[in-house]
Amino acid sequence: MLWNALLLALREIRRNILRSVLTILGIVIGVAAVIVMVTLGDGATRQITQQIESLGSNLLMIRVGQQMGPGQQSNTPSFSLADAVAIREDVSAARAVAPSSSTSLTVIAGNRSWSSTVTGSDNSYFDVRNWELETGRLFSNSDLQGGRAVCVIGATVRRELFGAMDPIGRKVRLKTMACEVVGLLRDKGQSSMGMDQDDLVVMPLRTFQRRIAGNTDVTLIQISVLDGHSTEDTTSELERLMRERRHIRPAEEDNFTVRDMKEITNMLTGTTKVLTALLTAVAAVSLLVGGIGIMNIMLVSVTERTREIGIRLAIGALEREVLLQFLVEAVALSSLGGILGILLALGASVGLTKVLNVPFVFNGGIVLIAFCFSAAVGVVFGYFPARRAARLDPIEALRRE
Amino acid sequence: MSDAHATTDSPPLIEFRQVSKIYGSGAAEVRALDGVDLVINAGEMVAVMGPSGSGKSTAMNILGCLDTPTSGSYRFRGITVETLDRDQRALLRRHYLGFVFQGFNLLNRTSALENVELPLIYRRSPRAQRHAQARQALAMVGLTGWEHHTPGELSGGQQQRVAIARAMVTQPSLMLADEPTGNLDTARSHEIMELLTGLNRDQGITVLLVTHEAEMAAYAHRIIHFVDGKVTDMTEQREGA
Repeated sequence: MLWNALLLALREIRRNILRSVLTILGIVIGVAAVIVMVTLGDGATRQITQQIESLGSNLLMIRVGQQMGPGQQSNTPSFSLADAVAIREDVSAARAVAPSSSTSLTVIAGNRSWSSTVTGSDNSYFDVRNWELETGRLFSNSDLQGGRAVCVIGATVRRELFGAMDPIGRKVRLKTMACEVVGLLRDKGQSSMGMDQDDLVVMPLRTFQRRIAGNTDVTLIQISVLDGHSTEDTTSELERLMRERRHIRPAEEDNFTVRDMKEITNMLTGTTKVLTALLTAVAAVSLLVGGIGIMNIMLVSVTERTREIGIRLAIGALEREVLLQFLVEAVALSSLGGILGILLALGASVGLTKVLNVPFVFNGGIVLIAFCFSAAVGVVFGYFPARRAARLDPIEALRRE
Repeated sequence: MSDAHATTDSPPLIEFRQVSKIYGSGAAEVRALDGVDLVINAGEMVAVMGPSGSGKSTAMNILGCLDTPTSGSYRFRGITVETLDRDQRALLRRHYLGFVFQGFNLLNRTSALENVELPLIYRRSPRAQRHAQARQALAMVGLTGWEHHTPGELSGGQQQRVAIARAMVTQPSLMLADEPTGNLDTARSHEIMELLTGLNRDQGITVLLVTHEAEMAAYAHRIIHFVDGKVTDMTEQREGA
C-alpha cells in the first residue's frame, strides 16, 4: 500500500510539475539556507582553530600584569631569564620554554626599510610557535651565549627588504646595530586576528637585551605543554611557581597572567558557533514558511480532487488509506524539496567558501538532519489536508464537480 | 431459476425493514425515505424508477452502504449495515459492491486500464493478476485495444463501459447503476443495457439500476417505483432481451 501510495504521489507531482516545483521552492531555499549557514559556520570555526594551532598547539603564555581590569600598575616587575630556567626545571609538563622580549623597530637593508617586530629569544621560540626554517639555520650555542649580532627573519621582512634575493648572509640594520641574517622562516600566512605572523625578526635574547632593550627583562615566557598533559593543570602549576618566585602573598592578586591558547580558541569558536546557530535559526524559519506553502497547495489539491477522493471512497478505500495517500504525497513533495535543497546547498557552499576563503567542511550530520526535517515538514503540514481528504463524505464528494 | 433454490436457506441479498431517512429537523424536516420495506434476492435485475426527489437516490446511497438509515434496518447479505462504522462499510463496498454512475466518475488523466485496476489495488491483488483481470474486464465490455487511453480520449459510451468494467472487475455481489444511460444517446444506452443484462445473466451479478426511461427499465426483471419516499408499486415483468 505504501509503495502504491508513493507511485501515486510521484505521478501526481509529475502531473503538476510547475506547481510542484513552486510549492517546494520554500523548502528548497530553507534547507539550502540551513545547510549553507552551518557549512560556513563550520568552515569559519575550522579556520580559527587551524590558525590558532599554527601559533603553536598546547601553548601557554605568561605575561607581566593582569589580563583584565583598568590601569595596570606600571611598577610590576618583569620576568628574568632565571624564571624561564626555573620553569624548565620545575614544570615537568613543559616540553619547551621560550623566554622572550620584543619591541617594534625599523629594519633597514640597503636603501629599503621596513617596520617590524623584533624579538629576542632562543631556539625554543621557534619550537613553541611551530616555526619551520625555509633556508639557513637557527641560532648556534655561541650565537646565544655570546650575544652575537645574528637574526632569523620572517617571509614578510624578507620580501620587503630583499625582494626575491637570498637574504642569508646579508646584513640588516636595527638602530645602530648591524645584524647578519642567518635564517629565513617558512611563511605561515595571516593569523586569525588579521595580523601578519610572518612580519618578524628574531635574534638571540642576550643580543636583544644588550644591544636593543638595554636591560635584562623578559616580558613574555611561552611554554608548550607535552602531549597528554592538561594545559589547565600546567597553568595552575605555573601560577603557583610564579607567585612563589615573585613573592606574592596569599591575599595578593597575581601580577602576571598565564594565558592558555586553547581558551582563546574556545572563546573564538564559541562566538562563531553562537553566530552560526542564530543564522541557522533564521534560515529554519524559511523551512517553516515552506511547510505552510506545502499545506496550502495540498489543501488546494484536496479541493480539486474531491471527486477523485469520492470515487476512491465509494470503491472501498478506507479513511486511513486516503489519509496515507495524501500524506505520502505531501512528504514526497517536501522530501523532494529537501533533496533539491541539499544539492543547491552543496553547490552554494563550495562556491561561497571559495569566495570567503574559508575551508569547506562537509557536515553529513546537518545534511541528514535537514533532509529528515524537510520530510517531517511534509508530515506535519500534510496531515491536516490529508485528514480533510480522508474525512470527506463520499456522497457529497461524488456530487461535487 | 437456480438461485430460487439458494434463497430458501440463505438470507436475501438486500432486506429493507421500515427504512426511513430524515434530513433536517423540526419545520425543515425532510423525509427522504419513509418506512420502506424491500427485499431483493441474489441474481435479480431490478430497475428503480421515480421522479426526482422521490427518495430513489437516498435509497441507492443506503443500498450502496454509503449512507445509513435514520431508522429501520438494512441487511445486506444478512449483515446489519447500520451497526457498522465507516471503515467497515468501506470494506463491504470493497468486497461486495460495484458502482456505475451517470457521470461515469473515472479518474481523469488516468488510463482505462488503471481506472479498472483501482478497486483491485484496494483489494491488494498482486500486480500481474491485477493487470490480467483488468484487461479481461475491459475485453468483456468490448474495449480491447483501448487500455491505455485516458477518459478524455474516449467517447461517453466508452467511458461508461470502462466504469462498468471497473465495477465488475472484482466480481461483486451487487452492482448499483445510478442512471447509467443518463448521459448517452439511445443507441449507446441500449448497448450499455445489453452489457448490464449480460453481466446479470452470465456472471450472476445482481444489478440494481436507477433510471427514468421506461425503455431502459424494461430490461429489468422487476421495476420498483418510488414516490415521496415510499415504494408505491412493484412491477414484475418477464425477463427482458
